[in-house]
Amino acid sequence: MEKILEVNDLHVSFQTYGGEVKAVRGVSFDLHKGETLAIVGESGCGKSVTANSIMKLIPSPPGKIANGSIYFKGRDLTRLSEKAIRDIRGVDISMIFQDPMTALNPTLTIGNQLTEGIKQHQNITSKEAKTKAIDMLNLVGIPNPEERMKQYPHQFSGGMRQRIVIAMALICEPELLIADEPTTALDVTIQAQILQLFNKIQQETGVSIILITHDLGVVAKIADRIAVMYAGKVIEVGTRKEIFYTPQHPYTQGLLNSVPRLDKRKEKLVPIDGTPPDLFAPPQGCPFTARCPKAMEVCGKVYPIHSELSNTHEVDCWLQDERAKQHIAT
Amino acid sequence: MVKYITKRLVLMILTIFIIASLTFFLMHAIPGSPFNEERGTNETVQANLEEHYHLDEPLLVQYFIYMKSVVTFDFGPSIKQPTETVNDLLGRGFPISAELGIISIVVAVISGIILGVFAALRHNGIIDYMAMAFAVLGISIPNFVLATLLIQKFAVDWDVLPAATWSSPMHMILPTIALATGPMAIIARLTRSSMIETLTQDYIKTAHAKGLKPWKIVIKHALKNALMPVVTIMGTLLAGVLTGTFVIEKIFAIPGMGKYFVESINQRDYPVIMGTTVFYSAFLIGMLFLVDIAYGLLDPRIKLHKEGGE
Repeated sequence: MEKILEVNDLHVSFQTYGGEVKAVRGVSFDLHKGETLAIVGESGCGKSVTANSIMKLIPSPPGKIANGSIYFKGRDLTRLSEKAIRDIRGVDISMIFQDPMTALNPTLTIGNQLTEGIKQHQNITSKEAKTKAIDMLNLVGIPNPEERMKQYPHQFSGGMRQRIVIAMALICEPELLIADEPTTALDVTIQAQILQLFNKIQQETGVSIILITHDLGVVAKIADRIAVMYAGKVIEVGTRKEIFYTPQHPYTQGLLNSVPRLDKRKEKLVPIDGTPPDLFAPPQGCPFTARCPKAMEVCGKVYPIHSELSNTHEVDCWLQDERAKQHIAT
Repeated sequence: MVKYITKRLVLMILTIFIIASLTFFLMHAIPGSPFNEERGTNETVQANLEEHYHLDEPLLVQYFIYMKSVVTFDFGPSIKQPTETVNDLLGRGFPISAELGIISIVVAVISGIILGVFAALRHNGIIDYMAMAFAVLGISIPNFVLATLLIQKFAVDWDVLPAATWSSPMHMILPTIALATGPMAIIARLTRSSMIETLTQDYIKTAHAKGLKPWKIVIKHALKNALMPVVTIMGTLLAGVLTGTFVIEKIFAIPGMGKYFVESINQRDYPVIMGTTVFYSAFLIGMLFLVDIAYGLLDPRIKLHKEGGE
């Protein structure tokens, strides 16, 4: 399959009064055409920063892409000018944000907000833009789209607004859709509908999706591959099956153990003790050492080796080292 | 909408009625009469004069006569300048005052918003600090001090602009600056803070993610939302500019309404006091009404009337 996005050794940091926060510290992953990649991790692990960096939406200053490259269809986005990146935003890469209640401008009609992007990027008449917007609203399942175009965001419910936000993101037929916690602010039944909508859209348009979430339930439903982030690094990546059935990193295992399950009765939820490390001064070795039940002496001192368990399954953990395996075996 | 406007109109008339009544009783509560200072008039002449202007009647009767004049908007001639009616004075003075007031408020709004937006876009930069230092000065210096300073510098020391009167666009520059600086500073500060807040909103990020041009985002997405607080204080600012015109007109010898307003009170020229007060309050209330309408137009979430069934 064709690779459409390749992120290599991405470093993003923020200058604050307290010093430099290294929010993303060498993230690499790639994305194939028509694929859904989920980036999971707890709050503050750098997943949203990674997503925003792809669109160059990091407020700068204080944020800065310190190192690394983001290749999208052969072009390095980190090197593009502000103007060139504007021609990519909304056209080739679109983004959906967490809270549909605030993602729409309250003083403009949704028709206006839907069509302004396409009018900017394509040589198109107002009437054509309107037809296109109505098609999009139909696609995302908004009834009476023609009437609804004239209404304002406050006249829609949360789920409806998220559908509009999705329609807005898709109107220029992007190849990559970045969804930053698209279901977090919605209630559970609406979440399911929105996830179904993502599936439907992907089938109909073939768009690739990067899904940022901390909800493993969402991941299990729609992700093809999963990247687990911790303290600004991708610590494990694999197909959905690999991550859910043979998680290798103790953090991934901890995450999965802390999710309530319906199929195992009376099993206790096991939380991961402790908190993520301070990113003002990230630890030298594996950032998970302090919380890791299987931590060894080496873990706190040297960052783990990168192991490829299969073509798709990669993990950064000292437990993969032959010596550690032998030690456990004996 | 029609229902709302009708309701507001009724309330406006009620407000004007209360203001008119209060003014009447307050003015008559102040000791003295229009003829106190007239030396050499004997008592008979005084009595005749008072009879002519119904000043000898009981207060309540005077009140009804006066209320009639308010309703018909015919306040009769001025006591002090009997050759002119109050309506003549209003007709002559108001256009000039209105010109000064409107030019000032327009200048204040436009320059205040521009200053505020630039300060917000360069948040914590040198432009921001300069604009805000300027705004603090503008708020703290009273307009009459500024007016005197401007005359001293521009008219006396440098001799580039005329010092007084209202006869050409050149004459309008100094009074307008003096009157507009205060409101402009308030608008600039308010626009800045509300713009900074608006620019951090999620929908601004959405607009960036659509690949819109930065200036378009500022004007279309941010400014409209950021202007809400500015519209809110427009009513108060209008009142401030209105009363400001009295002082500025006095300093620059502008023949507007302010002169008649102040003099009429000193001279107990009852018809002129009543006429100008009622006229000014009606004008101000009308402006506040327009501000409220503008509010509803700017933000669709604000409904001016309750809609049934929604």
